[in-house]
Amino acid sequence: MHAPTNTFPQRVTVALHDKRLQAALNHASGGFVAKRAAQVAALPEYEALRERAREVKEHVLANLDTYLERYEAEVTRQGGHVHWASTAEEAREIILGICKRVGAKTITKGKSMVSEEIGLNDALEAAGHKVVETDLGEYIIQLAHEPPSHIIVPAVHKTRAQVADLFDTAHRPLGYTKHLTEVSEMVNEARQVLRRHYFEADVGITGGNFLVAETGSSIIVTNEGNGDLTQTLARVHIVTSGIERVVPTLDDATTFLRLLARSATGQETETYTTVSTGPRREGDHDGPREYHVVLVDNGRSKMLGGPFREMLRCIRCGACLNHCPVYTAVGGHAYGWVYPGPMGSVLTPLINGIDTAYDLPNACTLNGRCQTVCPVKIPLPGLLREIRRQQFERGLTHWPVKLALQSWAWVAKRAPLYHLLMGIGIPLMHRLGRRRGVLRWLPLAAGWTDTRDLPAPQGQTFQQAWKQRKGGGS
Amino acid sequence: MSNGREQVLAQIRQSLGRSGLAPAPITPLPGPGPIPAFSGDVVERFVAKMLEKAATVERLAAMDEVGAAVARYLVDIAAPAQVRASGALRTLAWPEGLQVHYGAAVREDLSSVTPCFAAVAEAGGIVTLSGAETPSTLNFVPDNHVVVVHEAQVVAHFEDLWAKWRATGRPMPRTVNVISGPSRTADIEQTIQLGAHGPRRLHILLVAG
Repeated sequence: MHAPTNTFPQRVTVALHDKRLQAALNHASGGFVAKRAAQVAALPEYEALRERAREVKEHVLANLDTYLERYEAEVTRQGGHVHWASTAEEAREIILGICKRVGAKTITKGKSMVSEEIGLNDALEAAGHKVVETDLGEYIIQLAHEPPSHIIVPAVHKTRAQVADLFDTAHRPLGYTKHLTEVSEMVNEARQVLRRHYFEADVGITGGNFLVAETGSSIIVTNEGNGDLTQTLARVHIVTSGIERVVPTLDDATTFLRLLARSATGQETETYTTVSTGPRREGDHDGPREYHVVLVDNGRSKMLGGPFREMLRCIRCGACLNHCPVYTAVGGHAYGWVYPGPMGSVLTPLINGIDTAYDLPNACTLNGRCQTVCPVKIPLPGLLREIRRQQFERGLTHWPVKLALQSWAWVAKRAPLYHLLMGIGIPLMHRLGRRRGVLRWLPLAAGWTDTRDLPAPQGQTFQQAWKQRKGGGS
Repeated sequence: MSNGREQVLAQIRQSLGRSGLAPAPITPLPGPGPIPAFSGDVVERFVAKMLEKAATVERLAAMDEVGAAVARYLVDIAAPAQVRASGALRTLAWPEGLQVHYGAAVREDLSSVTPCFAAVAEAGGIVTLSGAETPSTLNFVPDNHVVVVHEAQVVAHFEDLWAKWRATGRPMPRTVNVISGPSRTADIEQTIQLGAHGPRRLHILLVAG
């Protein structure tokens, strides 16, 4: 995966003018928000679960070395192998090494954001392996040669017509010549095509939603069952997971499972919850012969020590994306890397360097919805503000922003001047926007008014209105 | 590779403000987390939740009815009279005319029959453990998955499931599968579609007692 670039403004412009994308985003986010709200309303224990989840994560983070060592010892005892990767490059090398050693031709993959983070697919393909994503959404974007635009529903930006076109091209050589129009037909065709790959795969790679120190297990949840076919039918199962995903016990994992599906897709539970521990046992007739876990650090252990530690509680549910007015307006690709939305705006600069992805922490209204819905109570707006502060400290803040803020501060600290300027500006804006009630264009603010209108002021400044109200005795 | 291990652990310890190895034994957080309460009978709750999640349920009075119920179900869904069954069900009385094979699933298998270790009432789910007689491919490869559940196997919550497993004293199986309905996807335009990669149908034979 390419490194993030500072092209957010250009990408946003494209996204805001893409009518198909806008339709897809509107359709999706509303559904997730309503379904999650219904699940939360139906669970009186929801707030207590959030608090408990926060506590468990904090407890683990404070003892992360111990829990990881315990986890490793259990995995080893069960016949599995744990590999530690301090960087994305090390993680890729470990996985490439395993695939090479076992002579892997076909590699199937369940959805794993960590594998996106470390740019695994490109590395595997460059080494001559055939890589097949098996989550339907991931499969679609793999055919389109695009990164995911959402961490839970990677192809949320694609319409069914676009999917049909992708399938036409990819499946025709396999003998599927009918042009599809119904979602059911597309799901069915993908099912048939992917079946072949599951059975021919040498290595199956999945993520790990949780790692359980008590039992040395990795847990994945899916609705499709693709993760299970991936890890059960291949000779070798490789789990990729961030080091922060370890929890002490199966009971602790249960707390998170109760929150994850509700927060992610608004389901009470996902269809498949799978607890995997080691390779095939003596006498077993199926299951992988080797079981590997690659623990990926890639900046996480450094995060642990600073003001961004709380970000390590993230369970990658995507609720902050679905509730973010910026994400739901521009979609995931605008963010330029694998993690979009509020969690991505924090993680991207932290993983790749605070001097990259300058715009992401600034593309936030600080409305706080992300924090309100976060199942592990991550103070996302506060973390974004902290990144902005660090950008300023390092002199990264763009000069027009600095100049504008300094000018505003200079004026605002001089009350008579402020009142004078507002007394001129506000009535003027009121007159300009009187006919429509909105301003469609403003000098120096075309970036804002290009894609939306500014409601026109009512004609008085706040101070004038306040004085009148007090004078009126109400 | 061990180098990566030392590097990661050293950086974690540095970030936690410790130089050396882990400190004194960790005190785990007290008690389990909050457990969602529900009223009413666990078996009824289990049935209601499974139906909610698009599974089908047939209640049987005794184990000796299972074979015939499987055959009837295959007729109902117009599937061939052929199943791949878990070896743990070898002693069942299967009706004439129903072909039964045992072992791990192969690509051509359309229907499977498995027992389960437990069932969870809270959100609805059947729980299988992998093993020599209970291959986990039976849960995922065939189109139609029939699961035999005894009412006594139904527990209220996941915490009860883990306690039940710990009480067996057995080592952790390779796979614990919790299955809450047929396979589904909403990856194309958020349209829910059953039978994404795993079974298109999940049928539960709930045996009394």
